[in-house]
Amino acid sequence: MSLLTLDGVTRSFDGFKAINGLSFAIEPGELRAVIGPNGAGKTTMMDIVTGKTRPDGGSVRFDGHDMTKTDEAGSARLGIGRKFQKPTVFETHTVEDNLVLSLKDDRSVFGTLFSKTDHAARVADLLALIRLEDRRLDFAADLSHGQKQWLEIGMLLAQDPKLLLVDEPAAGMTDEETERTATLLRDLAGDHAIVVVEHDMEFVRQLDCKVTVLHQGSVLAEGALDAVSANEKVIEVYLGR
Amino acid sequence: MLTPAPLNRKRLLNTRGWTFLIVLAAIAVGVPYLNATGALPDYAVSLIGKYLCFALLAIALDLLWGYCGILSLGHGAFFALGGYAMGMHLMREIGDRGVYANPDLPDFMVFLNWQELPWFWWGFDLFWFAAVMALFVPGLLAFVFGWFAFRSRVTGVYLSIITQAMTYALMLAFFRNEMGFGGNNGLTDFKDVLGFDLQSQDTRIGLMVLSTLAVALGFLICRAVVISKAGKVIVGIRDSESRMRFLGYRVEGYKLFVFVLSAMLAGLAGALYTPQVGIINPGEFSPANSIEIVIWVAIGGRGTLVGAAIGAVLIAAAKTLLTGLYPEAWLFVLGGIFVFVTIFMPRGVLGAWDSMIDEMWHTRGMDPRERRLAA
Ligand SMILES: Nc1ncnc2c1ncn2[C@@H]1O[C@H](COP(=O)(O)OP(=O)(O)O)[C@@H](O)[C@H]1O
Ligand SMILES: [Mg+2]
Repeated sequence: MSLLTLDGVTRSFDGFKAINGLSFAIEPGELRAVIGPNGAGKTTMMDIVTGKTRPDGGSVRFDGHDMTKTDEAGSARLGIGRKFQKPTVFETHTVEDNLVLSLKDDRSVFGTLFSKTDHAARVADLLALIRLEDRRLDFAADLSHGQKQWLEIGMLLAQDPKLLLVDEPAAGMTDEETERTATLLRDLAGDHAIVVVEHDMEFVRQLDCKVTVLHQGSVLAEGALDAVSANEKVIEVYLGR
Repeated sequence: MLTPAPLNRKRLLNTRGWTFLIVLAAIAVGVPYLNATGALPDYAVSLIGKYLCFALLAIALDLLWGYCGILSLGHGAFFALGGYAMGMHLMREIGDRGVYANPDLPDFMVFLNWQELPWFWWGFDLFWFAAVMALFVPGLLAFVFGWFAFRSRVTGVYLSIITQAMTYALMLAFFRNEMGFGGNNGLTDFKDVLGFDLQSQDTRIGLMVLSTLAVALGFLICRAVVISKAGKVIVGIRDSESRMRFLGYRVEGYKLFVFVLSAMLAGLAGALYTPQVGIINPGEFSPANSIEIVIWVAIGGRGTLVGAAIGAVLIAAAKTLLTGLYPEAWLFVLGGIFVFVTIFMPRGVLGAWDSMIDEMWHTRGMDPRERRLAA
């Protein structure tokens, strides 16, 4: 059974159909790239999946749950992690505290007020993974742009999500960082399903996965990158420009 | 095998916290002593008690604004409601010793020709009931207000404006005689509390000492919240609310918790304020009062708790001095201090002090991260 299923989803903003009969499915552990021109509805699609935006119609099911009835926090608790284009970490918290806040644990007010959980071991593992061991007690504000990206990835891994939504990860990265990120995402797939929204075709090629092309709020084409790039309609609306 | 280093767990009381508590203890012991020797005039004791109430109020606002990023421009309302709850009890304590010698009704009701006590005055003849109400009413108002505001995701300047509107509306309501809270005269002419004569110096000293305890208690509660994991969540909400949501935290719940706790502490401060100044009137709801609380916190240092208390005492003392000498000049001086601090000490007096200490650690070649662990 698919992990995430969108079926005939629509959403209008002031009469403009940003999402228009969108249907696709993501399997557990799958890596998927979503491409499409600006305004195609990629970000809105993620907003709908995470409960930030309610669809006008259609169904969104994740792991057996109806995602049209939940909110952002609810989607996170069900196992959806989301990475924004601009790295968002807690600047006035230490690197360590950023991770502690992300680790799976009781999220309620009283749970956190009286929390006695010892996260030391898991934090140490994550710090090693994102190569920030020696920055543990530094404020996140003092990290470089690239380090913030990595910290945010560490925070997502700390959540141990079933599905990761990643918005334009390669934006503003050097070629080397882009390559490292593609490798990381490929490694993570399998343990987590990952949906990557991206503009950079070189990066999508490196991901080496199934591609979904969005256009005017619905799926224009789906398949291997080479097949999709050869598709007439895709060339016309997107690649050809 | 390598064992991971212990996590960054802050202590309830660091050096600064201990210093603060010791200063409070010194006030609780020293002020009565100096008063007994005649070094400190009688009126100064109640004045210090009043400053302590302001300090508690400032700490309460700092928890909300400094840590959670919610700028309330109506915190004076919670303080005033606590003050009114205590004032209502003190009015009932007067009994038949009022000008009209009516054993059942406070003077102002007799004056308005009221025949019986309105239902919302019931129970206030009991001290414990009034004490509970001084916390409960501000807490309930904060809960209802916050429930709607936070759920509809009203934030930033819009939230600040509606908190200001809230206190303004309450001020207008309390000014009305028909509201049953003494109109523009407010509640005054109190006689005693729990059998202690409010005019006697011993009672005043007792109230001042109680105020130091309340400040200590309020500080410890806020500090415990701030160093807990919930405290980290709260700061996270201040820095990036949406990230916090996408991590699975229900932001509204945390905001509501902090707002209600802060309002209740403000109510406690108000309840101690009324018997010490001998009057509570609708002026306490005025928007200008609430703005002054914000200025105390900004000047003392946001997000420090102790700094907020320092700011409140410094500014309140300056106000007492100046309004005695040049009443017209006060608002200009306050504005001037505020501008000066915002430009030259953006993190307030205590923030400036912190930067200085950090600088010293640097010049000695030490790692300021060590200090951060203890902060
Ligand atoms: N909250 C909103 N209000 C109004 N219009 C919106 C809103 N969110 C998205 N849109 C519109 O929906 C369309 C799709 O936007 P978006 O999902 O951001 O596209 P993409 O991420 O693919 O560039 C755009 O035309 C955008 O202007
Ligand atoms: Mg987008």
